[in-house]
Amino acid sequence: MIPENQNNNSSMVLRRVTGDSGTPRLMLSGNCTMTALGRRLHALSAELVAYAADPELQWDLTGIAQMDDAGAVLLWRAWGSRRPPNLLLRPEQERLFDRMKEAPVPPAPIPRDMLWPVAVLGKAVFLLWEHLTGLVILIGQMLLDVKYLVGHPAYIPWREISANLYRTGAQALGITALVGFLIGVVLSFLSSRQLQMFGADIFIINILGVSIIRELGPMLAAILVAGRSGSSMTAQLGVMRVTEELDALTVMGIPHSQRLILPKVIALGIAMPLVVLWTSAVALLGGMVVAEIQLGLSYQFFLNKLPDVVPVANLWLGLGKGAVCGMVIALISCHFGLRIKSNTESLGEGTTNSVVTAITVVIIIDAIFAIVFSNVGLR
Amino acid sequence: MTNGECVIRLEGLHTRFGRHVVHEDINLCVRRGEVIALVGGSGSGKTALMRQMLGLEVPAQGTVRVFGEPLHGHDRKKLQSMRNRCGVLFQKGALFSALSVYDNIALPMRELRTLDEGMIRDLVMLKLKMVDIEARHASKMPAELSGGMIKRIALARAMALDPELLFLDEPTAGLDPELSEGFVELIQTMRTELTLTIVMATHDLDTLVALSDRVAVLADQRIVALGSLREVVGVDHPFITKFFRGERGQKALGQTGYVMAGDVL
Repeated sequence: MIPENQNNNSSMVLRRVTGDSGTPRLMLSGNCTMTALGRRLHALSAELVAYAADPELQWDLTGIAQMDDAGAVLLWRAWGSRRPPNLLLRPEQERLFDRMKEAPVPPAPIPRDMLWPVAVLGKAVFLLWEHLTGLVILIGQMLLDVKYLVGHPAYIPWREISANLYRTGAQALGITALVGFLIGVVLSFLSSRQLQMFGADIFIINILGVSIIRELGPMLAAILVAGRSGSSMTAQLGVMRVTEELDALTVMGIPHSQRLILPKVIALGIAMPLVVLWTSAVALLGGMVVAEIQLGLSYQFFLNKLPDVVPVANLWLGLGKGAVCGMVIALISCHFGLRIKSNTESLGEGTTNSVVTAITVVIIIDAIFAIVFSNVGLR
Repeated sequence: MTNGECVIRLEGLHTRFGRHVVHEDINLCVRRGEVIALVGGSGSGKTALMRQMLGLEVPAQGTVRVFGEPLHGHDRKKLQSMRNRCGVLFQKGALFSALSVYDNIALPMRELRTLDEGMIRDLVMLKLKMVDIEARHASKMPAELSGGMIKRIALARAMALDPELLFLDEPTAGLDPELSEGFVELIQTMRTELTLTIVMATHDLDTLVALSDRVAVLADQRIVALGSLREVVGVDHPFITKFFRGERGQKALGQTGYVMAGDVL
């Protein structure tokens, strides 16, 4: 069925001859396939259209060695989606063009609504409402789970809590220490230069103590953990949705709120205050080192003076913020994780939204704490 | 249709996963225009062998040549033109979940940068017609489709550039018998229109009987039998006995009137 002298790389050749009866005839030969035509497609398409303008022309396709769908579409489009009156074909080419005739037309795209700004705004409002109700439902579910577990202590997911503690707490120590130390160094360096101008060197301890313990330590830790653990929690739940693992848990009668989400919330609620403590300590260390170098304050003096100038309430405030932020980060990450649909784009989008929302909410919580406790721990 | 030319040539191929040896010294020549089926028990490395032919995995030892070129270490342009001549149907379809059905099939065509959008539209609709998918499904996302439809659309995508070489990984797994029959017919029709070389890994005996020109049986880390179905069935090996002469095997082979060598029944 295929001529012997076929060569896979020879492209199509057009040859116009005048037949016996004086009618013009176009002989096509060579390979009419996508790979053989390659970059010639555009030029060839224009050439074929020019030939197709002549209704008298007889098309002879029997010389074509191989023709694929792309080749057939090329000719079909040149002919204006119908067969020319004089056409010579081999049987298998006949089938190709028969198929072409039956090919369905693509559905028309839906025209854009004039009211689209309103629709977009409306959708955004509904989405926000959905997120809020979803979060409230999730918190309620957590409370119900806690109530159930108090009654049935055998079902408390200790292993999961411990694994999450390790992953979100212990494994975060390195990065939080590095960032904390550097921020402590920078803060101390910049402040000490300003304080030196006023001869108020001693106040470096107040500045570092209050700002790090009350504000920077908790915030740095929370933002790092939101980026680090929050994204991993969302992605984990999302992939479990994509691979139907969540459905598998449900049909086994294992509620995922109790086995997947509650351990994360509890673990991050415990781990975060500890990470906050660690971050603040390392940041203070960094500040202390610079204070010694820049201002000549000895370590012993710094450490003795610290409890006198920073009321202990600041420490409790920092740890309290840590606990609240930790649980909120876990809740938000899990909420976004559960909303992921089973496709890759939704997974990426969900993870981004989760981290952005978690960091924003952490800062909002910080602002609320600052207002509510404005009379606590400051002199 | 078949001649001596090798589209794929495996020479002295060894595969190891850590200390686990999967293939030991495999030699195989896939001829132009033939349908070769890889069969073997689970864990015998059918998929691993196919992945090496595709260049997705690098063998521990030995070479893989596709269209006469070694698969590893040639330049980008050659590799790309080689890839454009191959189509792959993955077991689970591997449709891009972020793209609609239409865009999934149009993607390889657009990547060529030689086709205009009008021609792509006609070609996509032609491919959809070929796999018997209605036009109204074109704008759907893969998540909204049934398993059989995903498989057929994945085939349409594999065939988007009219490849010379087609890889089918379990083409009929997860399809009901009627659909898989249609699938087999579809591939047979395509073979009459184009010189198509097909490498397929399959468990399905009906597909095997209907499509394959040659069968390669993988067991004990090597190819224990290679030849036409009739020849392979005659080889004495525990896996072949179990696979072809079991009840299911007899049924599938019986339909086509195969006479088995050394058959006592």
